[in-house]
Amino acid sequence: MSKILSAFVAGLLFGLGLLLSGMADPAKVSGFLDLAGAWDPSLALVMAGAIGVGFSAFRVAGRRERSLLGEPMSLPDTRALTPRLVMGSLLFGVGWGLVGICPGPALVLAGMLSGKGLLFVAAMLTGMLLYHPLAKWVK
Amino acid sequence: MQIAWNSFTPYASLAGGVLIGLAAAWLVLLNGRIAGISGIVGGLLDRQSGWPWRLAFTGGLLLAPLAWLFAVGPWPVVRIEASPLLLIVAGLLVGAGTRLASGCTSGHGVCGLSRLSPRSLVATLSFMGAGFATVFLIRHVLG
Repeated sequence: MSKILSAFVAGLLFGLGLLLSGMADPAKVSGFLDLAGAWDPSLALVMAGAIGVGFSAFRVAGRRERSLLGEPMSLPDTRALTPRLVMGSLLFGVGWGLVGICPGPALVLAGMLSGKGLLFVAAMLTGMLLYHPLAKWVK
Repeated sequence: MQIAWNSFTPYASLAGGVLIGLAAAWLVLLNGRIAGISGIVGGLLDRQSGWPWRLAFTGGLLLAPLAWLFAVGPWPVVRIEASPLLLIVAGLLVGAGTRLASGCTSGHGVCGLSRLSPRSLVATLSFMGAGFATVFLIRHVLG
């Protein structure tokens, strides 16, 4: 199998998982983030399921030089806790809290041709480009 | 704390999470890559190396709803309650924030925590904390 087809399958499985889990429904995500209201704990189980599988896979991957398709293992080795990491995560968290959409579900919503989903994706892509001038200010 | 039992979907959410974990496992074991959506898409925008696999992964994600229609049936309900203006503000924050942080819910939350990365733990606690605080503010202080 080519690495292109394999990446496509991974994206497809990822999107199906988002749909099945409820993560693609922004109102459900907001229900999870609303600790003080009627709290919907479902998304904690999404994380638990994903990390449960991911933990073993990344342990295996970490011991390999190359992937099963012969690609170099490209795993991040940065260890520094930087202001940029925290500042970026806080900005992301505020945006996520405002509407209940993070990047994966945004693309799934765009794939459903939801007008609001497409609007969010357009703004998100713009934000990803605006990151370059911002990155000069936050180290 | 009050649990919304009527909207709690433990089995579907756990199964969906397992599927997401399998997708991340697939990408790292076959392609040697982290399934981090913001990094994959951001890398496309920045014309980083490896655009073919990035585009293929993004295409798979975009086509997942179509595949669902054929394989499963009608889509589950998705409700976007935010106004267009709020969607634009939030989209800008999510786009810029995830690139600054080098990751989002998938890259840091799923893959990074699976790898026991301290950076990803700090990132996940930060965006989760900010998400909880933001919803608390808009629903219970301003709302």
